[in-house]
Amino acid sequence: MGRTVLVTGAARHLGGRMARVLSSETTFDRVIGVDVVPPRQDLGGAEFIRADIRNPVIAKIINAADVDTVVHMGVIATPMQAGGRATMKDINVIGTMQLLAACQKSTSVRRLIVKSTASVYGSGPRDPAMFTEDTAPQHPPTSGWAKDSVEVEGYVRGFARRCPDVAVSILRFANIIGPDIDTPMTSYFSLPVIPTVLGYDARLQFVHEDDQLEITRIVAIADDPVTGVYNIAGPGVLSLSQAVRRLGRPSVALPRTLLGAAGRSLGSTGLADFSTEQVRFLTYGRAIDTSRVEQELGFAASWTTADAFADFARGHNVTPLIAPEVLVEAQQRLSAALGGAGRVIPSGLRVASHA
Amino acid sequence: MPDARILAFDSDPQRRGSAPLGSQTTKRQAQAADEHEESLDREGVLQALEQAGDFLRRRLTGEYEVDEFGFDPELLDRVLMAPMRPLYRNWFRVEAVGLENVPDTGAALVVANHSGTIPLDAIMTQLALLDDHPAHRHLRMLGADLVFRMPVVSEIARKAGHTLACTPDAERLLSDGELVGVWPEGFKGIGKPYSERYKLQRFGRGGFVAAAVRTGTPIIPTAIIGAEESYPKIGNVPILARVLGLPYFPVTPTFPWLGPLGFVPLPSKWTIAFDEPIPTADLGAGAADDPMLILEMTDRVRETIQQTLYRLLVDRPSVFG
Repeated sequence: MGRTVLVTGAARHLGGRMARVLSSETTFDRVIGVDVVPPRQDLGGAEFIRADIRNPVIAKIINAADVDTVVHMGVIATPMQAGGRATMKDINVIGTMQLLAACQKSTSVRRLIVKSTASVYGSGPRDPAMFTEDTAPQHPPTSGWAKDSVEVEGYVRGFARRCPDVAVSILRFANIIGPDIDTPMTSYFSLPVIPTVLGYDARLQFVHEDDQLEITRIVAIADDPVTGVYNIAGPGVLSLSQAVRRLGRPSVALPRTLLGAAGRSLGSTGLADFSTEQVRFLTYGRAIDTSRVEQELGFAASWTTADAFADFARGHNVTPLIAPEVLVEAQQRLSAALGGAGRVIPSGLRVASHA
Repeated sequence: MPDARILAFDSDPQRRGSAPLGSQTTKRQAQAADEHEESLDREGVLQALEQAGDFLRRRLTGEYEVDEFGFDPELLDRVLMAPMRPLYRNWFRVEAVGLENVPDTGAALVVANHSGTIPLDAIMTQLALLDDHPAHRHLRMLGADLVFRMPVVSEIARKAGHTLACTPDAERLLSDGELVGVWPEGFKGIGKPYSERYKLQRFGRGGFVAAAVRTGTPIIPTAIIGAEESYPKIGNVPILARVLGLPYFPVTPTFPWLGPLGFVPLPSKWTIAFDEPIPTADLGAGAADDPMLILEMTDRVRETIQQTLYRLLVDRPSVFG
């Protein structure tokens, strides 16, 4: 008998792509995408049901369709996407609670996969260079999406304790980036002048949206149910200054307090997100250790952090102020001038001294 | 251009003196050799310029690698260490002894005494291992969280390859086969008054020994003399320290009295002595969880450093040697 999978957050970019990817898998007979708004993109072979996970109706859907796998991608990252911070928190936290309650009531659900974020580790000066899944956060997030994610993970762990027969996996992703996705990070790097924090250079890690979908697919279709927490990031690290240079965009270093204030006024215009958590992240950065997912699930991200970032720049048409080719050419011209000088001038001198 | 040639010729009195004055042919030969050398010099300069152009372009376009700790080896080598090298060679005239005790490859833990008000001793040790060690090893230091809280300092520290002194980072670096440096006295050591110079302070909780034992890494006790006298701390202004959020606000014979000149360290003669490694690999698996063993080992490292300090001080002709 084939399986049935439910994908939450299916109207948004990643959720929609996830539903489409899973619908092409033979493992699943049915793929059901749910969200509060209709999807903007084609879901392929997946069905779409317009439903609010904050509403008990979700339990009816799960029961009626005999859903055995739930992929929870309905946690929203910015108030912008939800229409206000209050609604966002509602969707994230209350929505997850309703979804978990429905899963607990159901007799068919056997797997729960939750898309979480590495921002649950917070970031600060007392952090180790890399977080493993077991590192206790030194600076737990206090606001926004990161705090919602901490709470969501808390409820998911509680659910895992209450329902030991359901395989629960939490996937903590580094900043997801790619040619098509819009996140607070992509809008930050799309600013005409990129503000950075004076005196700090955060370490950044990215994971390509294709890798995000791939690992979620692997966990969803795995023969042996996967349980546990996994960090996922593209190999390598970029420092913030290095990332900005790779874009070729101008940046301006602001004192941290000023960046926070400027961010709040910018935030209301919707240009970029400079929440407290985001500013902390841009100050101290964060890197996560992905050896567990590599060893236990044999998964290696196919995009490195640097490649994923380059793919984002290409897809979002972030054009550099000075094209790298111009600099290469300038360098070649310099070398040519020097090389020519190195051979010509001394011989010219010798002639002069003879004369 | 001929001016430059004459200048180069004249500016080398040693060679000029050594050229026999009597024979015309040898004179001409010497001149030819000079010209040859000069064109080599020019070639070298041009090559350096070319490399600088390449370096600049890659820095501008972000085409370089940093590791997960934020370490940028190229920047360290070419930019951060550049102003430190004259300090190392000409000012403190650092003598690094026992470099053969530091392995060419693989992990080792350098444990040294801390002194001198600002952590120049750590930078000089890093430079000794980078420039004077035959394998040009990078020393990855473990720093206090204050370092990573301060703007600018934290940025430079990460780029220079240092990280927070915590067990996960220490073990990660050691299991990656890196050369790690710790200054276990911390602020107690570096900020102690001049009257207590060369008296090792308490060595914390011995977390660095546990990390070394767990990864089977040899410990290299290292003694540094000279740093104490570079910025002799004769006083402290606790109020200013509290306002600035620093562990102490130092007063030295020149700082803050001489303003920016007070930042110039006294030209004491330095010696950095790397002692024989203390092996930990044969202690067995459970050793890291045996607090008695760890504390004993910590004491042993501390004693070794203290004894070496005393020995070096007795042998030292004078502070400014």
